[in-house]
Amino acid sequence: MAKPATFKDHYRETRIFRSRALVATAVVLVAMLVLVIRLFYLQVYQHETYRTKADSNRISKHPIAPNRGLIFDRNGVLLADNQPTYSVSIIKELAGDIDQTIESIGKLITLKEGTTKRFKKRLSQRRRPYSEVPLRYRLNEEEIAKLSVNLHNMPGVSIEASLVRSYPHKSALAHTIGYVGRINERELKKVNANNYSATEHIGKTGVERFYENQLHGQVGYQTVETNARGKITRVLDREAPIPGDNLHLYLDWATQQAAINTIGDRRGAAIAIDPSTGGILAFSSMPAFDANLFVTGIDYKSYKELQGSRARPLFNRGIQGQYPPGSTIKPIIAIAGVEKGTTNWERKIYDPGWYKLENDDHLYRDWKKYGHGMVDLSKAIMRSCDTYFYELAHNLGIDNIHDFMAPFGFGTRTNIDMVSEKPGILPSRFWKKATKSQPWYPGETLIAGIGQGYMLATPLQLAVSTAILANRGKIIAPRMVQSIETDGYIADLPTPEKSKDIILKDPINWDKAIAGMEKVVHNPRGTAYKLSKGIQYKMAGKSGTAQVFTIKQDEKYDASKISEWHRDHALFIAFAPIENPKIAVAVIIENGGGGGTNAGPVARAMIDAYLLPQLANANTTP
Amino acid sequence: MIRNDFQRQFRSHGSPVTRRTSLLQTIHLDAPLLGGLFLLLTAGLFVLYSASGESMPMVMRQLTRIVVGLVVMMFMAQISPSSYIRWSPWLYIIGIGLLIGVLVLGTQAKGAQRWLPLPGGVRFQPSEVMKLIVPMMVSWYLAERALPPQWKPVVASCVLILIPTLLIAKQPDLGTSLLIASSGIFALFLSGLRWRVIGGFAIALIPIATGAWFLMRDYQKQRVLTFLDPERDPWGTGWNIIQSKTAIGSGGLNGKGWLNGTQAHLDFLPESHTDFIIAVMAEEFGLIGVCTLLILYFAIIGRGIYIAMNAQDTYSRLLAGSITLTFFVYIFVNIGMVSGLLPVVGVPLPFVSYGGTSIVTLFAGFGILMSVQTHRKLLSR
Repeated sequence: MAKPATFKDHYRETRIFRSRALVATAVVLVAMLVLVIRLFYLQVYQHETYRTKADSNRISKHPIAPNRGLIFDRNGVLLADNQPTYSVSIIKELAGDIDQTIESIGKLITLKEGTTKRFKKRLSQRRRPYSEVPLRYRLNEEEIAKLSVNLHNMPGVSIEASLVRSYPHKSALAHTIGYVGRINERELKKVNANNYSATEHIGKTGVERFYENQLHGQVGYQTVETNARGKITRVLDREAPIPGDNLHLYLDWATQQAAINTIGDRRGAAIAIDPSTGGILAFSSMPAFDANLFVTGIDYKSYKELQGSRARPLFNRGIQGQYPPGSTIKPIIAIAGVEKGTTNWERKIYDPGWYKLENDDHLYRDWKKYGHGMVDLSKAIMRSCDTYFYELAHNLGIDNIHDFMAPFGFGTRTNIDMVSEKPGILPSRFWKKATKSQPWYPGETLIAGIGQGYMLATPLQLAVSTAILANRGKIIAPRMVQSIETDGYIADLPTPEKSKDIILKDPINWDKAIAGMEKVVHNPRGTAYKLSKGIQYKMAGKSGTAQVFTIKQDEKYDASKISEWHRDHALFIAFAPIENPKIAVAVIIENGGGGGTNAGPVARAMIDAYLLPQLANANTTP
Repeated sequence: MIRNDFQRQFRSHGSPVTRRTSLLQTIHLDAPLLGGLFLLLTAGLFVLYSASGESMPMVMRQLTRIVVGLVVMMFMAQISPSSYIRWSPWLYIIGIGLLIGVLVLGTQAKGAQRWLPLPGGVRFQPSEVMKLIVPMMVSWYLAERALPPQWKPVVASCVLILIPTLLIAKQPDLGTSLLIASSGIFALFLSGLRWRVIGGFAIALIPIATGAWFLMRDYQKQRVLTFLDPERDPWGTGWNIIQSKTAIGSGGLNGKGWLNGTQAHLDFLPESHTDFIIAVMAEEFGLIGVCTLLILYFAIIGRGIYIAMNAQDTYSRLLAGSITLTFFVYIFVNIGMVSGLLPVVGVPLPFVSYGGTSIVTLFAGFGILMSVQTHRKLLSR
């Protein structure tokens, strides 16, 4: 290709350049105008919007969690309080290499794999830049010290303090006052979400859950100026949170401890009630667990261990365990029999060691192989004679038994101020028809008369019925919380609604039955005579031994030959002092064997723990 | 090869300019340009002091760079345009070589390969000097040809522009490659590129832009998407633009006052002392402050255009014109992106943003402008 002649017309070139330069200048002007219009739009037209935005950027209303109310026993012993706990957090934007930061923290304190994994998950969630993401909770003093010394080497890492629930008595009250745990979405829907905006924990079980509204308090707010890293630069306004109400329980810590110590490593429950008020003096379900574990989140392995344990430590036996009450109901059956005219206190029967229905080959055996000989009602209670009660129950009929026992609280929830209570079973013809669509068989009445068969009761129901017995018919409603303390002012809770008291045709029958129960403990022939050793007050009791495993006819029950899990449950109910009852107790030891010997000492220890200090006081200040 | 340029130029206004030689003229500095720069630099340092969270060390470091830049500018002003003409093709070849070198040997910084390590720990960014070399090369090439350029020179110029642009885009450095491409295109435009060709390019840009989308890196795509809708990721890539718009908008007409901007001082505005510094200024000095700054910029650009118009040869004209217009592109792209008109590309606000290399290049460009202006008068005498 031939090179074109490069003739340069300088005049023309200059002219072209000038016109182009002028066009360019015009374009520059227009472009600048566009910028000015844009800025005008942002700074004048939308100024208000952006000013609000800038303010909401820096000014924020932070909710402040109220301190949870404390829980005390009747003597002011602290049962649940709030302790500062420290956690280590990371601000990702300041930390740089997050994995390296975690690694260097891991060299100072223990970080389990799950901890790091949960942290990564929290980190990946949508969040405001420069927000602190917690890595590990519950640092101990040594860990805090180790971290503090090295904080300057780890940008973005900080130690945060907050108050969390603490249970100083660990497992002793795990089933009684329950525990709090991290609030979940389902629970958040049930409460006022605004009031919980700063709250991390909520009552999950027991008193903590039942009195959640009282314990929680009112959220406070703090209006602050923060920078983009969430760091507070100025506090502009503050509205203090209102702490939750303190709860004062009826519970007596000494009695509670006595129950726990005497049950020991056995499985069971022991409940004590003040018969005059219905206040729960002790409530223990064993084995239990350290309630503190649940506060900051239990790890999966420990939880599985608790859940999978055959001893069922998470199971609240006191209100959820339903056991055959066994012979402990005999005093009530005795009163029923006298009231209905089926028997009287003088009538005697001969006990050959068994009872037999007409047209039935089955022998209903007494616990004593060759029988108790001539037995009257009082002796039948003292010796826990089964044959007498087979006969009595048969003559009474199941519906009379049901109707008489129902006012004592059997078969219905006591509505104690706890959650997840079970109702037990008080069988009747109607009940069997409704639930099993079967007719009632006469044999079933016999075993109902000694508290076996369909009949089931929770330890709390047994304690309540014992208290009503001790009260000679005055009904009580069981209660954990005695009073609520708001801002230093203590107010008793209104007494819950109760049904009508049990009025007997002849009130003397109460005392006759109770006299039988007194003999159980104080008469050398009583089933729990051992308990009277060294006793300083008059105590009424009744042992019970509930069959778990049906032994064949003519087969001898031999505890040593059957598995521990099939052994009889040991039960014992008691109250004292007899004339002026101050405490009523029900104890059950699962697969514990005979009631008098195995459950009785627990009841005695509890009553001692409660009454002896009072007796000592009464003696020194007459 | 430069024979034509030695012809006497058409005198602009028909009357001879007063030829009183001032001190500044002897040392080849242009007083109006220098005055405008000093005003701009002073304002910039005040804004930087606020934007850096009142950090005096940072202001001192910027001042050091300014001094270095001024020295470079004075040095560049001493060299006559005729020397620039002679060196243009050689500088271009060396520059391309360095860009290839960066891709092969360069060091990484923030995910991009922009730096060439030199002995003694010094790092050198060849793409920066290409901002001046590319318009020099295109001006040199076109000055040789009859203007307005025919098809062949236009295509050749485009190739000259595209090679460094693509090499830099591959680093990847979208902001710089954009500035380099525009500097070459401005030379081409000022040389009298025909309007119908310009129209053709504009139409061709649509498929090119579409194609570019598929070549873009993920973070570049993110920026474009975020530009179109910052709210789609308010805590991530959209954060910058939301916060800068909030800073600008909350400033209002009069601003919150120097050192009183909450967005920058409470760290809501990222990069507040570098690319997003105009948001700090808008927040603290309001619309009035930013408009004043824009007027100052416009005065500097006007002086640059004036120098270009009065240059004595085609090379000087094209070079001075394209340097001036590229300077404007900095301003427009920066303020446009900070105010949410354009996607976020890393372009600093000239002479105000905190930062090393680009400010020196800018000073060098103004040195060339001054050279064009001051050597002309000596020649014409």
